[in-house]
Amino acid sequence: MQCTGKPSMPEAVTAAAVCELRDLGRMRYAEAFALQQQLVERRKRREIPDQLLIVEHPHVVTMGRTGHDENLLAAPELLERAGIEFYRTDRGGDVTYHGPGQIVGYPILDLREWKRDVVAYVRALEQVLIDALAEFGIAAGREAGATGVWTAQGKIAALGVHISRWVTSHGFALNVDTDLSYFRYIVPCGLTKPVTSLREFGCQAHRDQVVAAIARGFARVFDREMESSPEAEKSRELEKI
Amino acid sequence: MIDVIMPQMGESIVEGTLTKWLKQPGERVERDEPLFEISTDKVDTEIPSPVAGTMGEILVKEGTTVGINTVVGRISDGAGAPAPAPAAAAPAAAAAAPAPAREPVAAPASSPVAVAVEPAAIPEEAAGPLSPLVRKMARENNIDLNQVRGTGAGGRITKQDLETFLEVRTAAPVRTAPVQAPPAQAPYVAPPPPSPPPPAAVVQQAPPVQQAPPPPRTQAVAPVQEQAHFRGEAPAARVEPMSVMRQKIAEHMVFSKRTSAHVTTVHKVDMTRIAKMRDRVKGEFQARHGFSLTFLPFVMRATTAALQAFPLLNSSIDGTNIIYHRDINLGMAVALENGLIVPVIRNADEKNVVGLQRSIADLASRARSRQLRPDEVQAGTFSITNFGSFGSVFATPVINQPQVGILGVGTVEKVPVVLDDAIAIRSVCYLALTFDHRLIDGALGDQFTQKVKSILENWSEEVL
Repeated sequence: MQCTGKPSMPEAVTAAAVCELRDLGRMRYAEAFALQQQLVERRKRREIPDQLLIVEHPHVVTMGRTGHDENLLAAPELLERAGIEFYRTDRGGDVTYHGPGQIVGYPILDLREWKRDVVAYVRALEQVLIDALAEFGIAAGREAGATGVWTAQGKIAALGVHISRWVTSHGFALNVDTDLSYFRYIVPCGLTKPVTSLREFGCQAHRDQVVAAIARGFARVFDREMESSPEAEKSRELEKI
Repeated sequence: MIDVIMPQMGESIVEGTLTKWLKQPGERVERDEPLFEISTDKVDTEIPSPVAGTMGEILVKEGTTVGINTVVGRISDGAGAPAPAPAAAAPAAAAAAPAPAREPVAAPASSPVAVAVEPAAIPEEAAGPLSPLVRKMARENNIDLNQVRGTGAGGRITKQDLETFLEVRTAAPVRTAPVQAPPAQAPYVAPPPPSPPPPAAVVQQAPPVQQAPPPPRTQAVAPVQEQAHFRGEAPAARVEPMSVMRQKIAEHMVFSKRTSAHVTTVHKVDMTRIAKMRDRVKGEFQARHGFSLTFLPFVMRATTAALQAFPLLNSSIDGTNIIYHRDINLGMAVALENGLIVPVIRNADEKNVVGLQRSIADLASRARSRQLRPDEVQAGTFSITNFGSFGSVFATPVINQPQVGILGVGTVEKVPVVLDDAIAIRSVCYLALTFDHRLIDGALGDQFTQKVKSILENWSEEVL
């Protein structure tokens, strides 16, 4: 960067920091969780740049550490019979569902290199998704007091984040063409605002197009240069850890 | 003893909820080892220990929301200093050092100890002019005059007010609610960290907060003070996060009240005929089917017939359209230990009393053991709630969106009524229909309920 005559030019004008984008495709929750934890530790040691993991889970219901069983509509045995995995995780908060047709994003960012502000981080994640949805003509926004991304037809993306030493894990889940009936395993009947998906809006976009839109939004909102990693190579590299 | 504070996790953040202690008193803690977790807005954050040592006392319990910079616990860093001591010292310290009453922020930060032992200042401006007697009494009894409601001229605090206050305080050491102003004392709210680092090295050591956080604004910390302990006494309130189900219920109830124009109409129904029939057959019914016969399936049967007669009650509103549902799917509210759920009897109009009673028994029992399938709680078109089983005579139920009506069934009681100018003993119950006045007019609501009433009072179907 040429800083002619202005020695006090802040770093902001230098090239944006790199964020590696890894699309893991379909991966079981436990496997993706283990990978996240490895990457979080490596990020803490500053061995790797920021990461954005993109994944699709087979049917799974996860419950945070502070979740209560009563919030599950179906008993775990019933979930099992329905072919839904069930995990308790270190993520705080409530119960959620992931499954096919959903884009799950796990950003592993060191917030010290962005903003030391966890709420600003969550708002920024929401903005990424709002921007991405706008590319498909879907008007989405926020609802006061209800973290997540909302449309007139209901909640389209859920958020849940864990932070350790300013390094983030967990993240967001955006419904693309999720079978929404699975959400009914975790919310009591009619007692919730509906969930929705891109498909419900008649949007036929392919998953990859949506991932690309998310990556563009991510780059802009977090001021990162997205670098796609050939995933096979990354996986091999990780096996060696 | 090192104070551990609630860190500030972002510019706009003034408080956080302590969700979990990862170390218990007496446990060894390494520097930077996760010590507790906090939650702000769907973000859970692990907070590492600022020092190595032994976990001392826990001052802020799990589930409590406190302002940033509040001291949440203490770590003993002295070699071999055992944990028990702080436990005993804590209440004493809290009692001996009431925090300055009003302006901790404005107080000079140079000598926090001196500030801490000053007695509560008497707020002239708040209480109006005070008599020397009142002043003296307040001082002698260590009363915070912010806590006292003045009943004298212009809200002035009188001797009588202080006596009443003292009586209450003696009788009930656990403060239920601040009388007027929130308590101004908050021993567990840390004094603002002095800007030069030396004395409060801990603040600097807590890794997430690198720059010393700005001193808490009085306004920002205010809500916390209401929850804070008062001079070592038990806290006035307990904070507990809502379960997801509770949040959903809360959300739905408010959503429903905001959406529909709720009107409730109440009709009195003579259930004598059904009561007699029920008395006659209930023994055999139980023997034959294995579950008992209640009044509810009769009401449901009458309701489905009335819904067929008045299909507008079995509809929903969609923008400016009316959706008439073909099927009659009756939701029935089931009370759970900590919430409620509304399983649905599909095509309820196709079932007789036995079939309805069977569905009621089955759905209620599976609702309580959380064995309902998702499709069993969907697609209700009208709901019934049986608050009579809890002894309620009548109530005004809230509509289960997007339905437009809900029928509440009161308890069936024997009462004296006038029949043909004679007094008779009849079994009577009240039916309360809440309807959405956007779509259903009062006349229709009453016609519908009259239809239910008429079917019940002239019951003709055999049950067995």
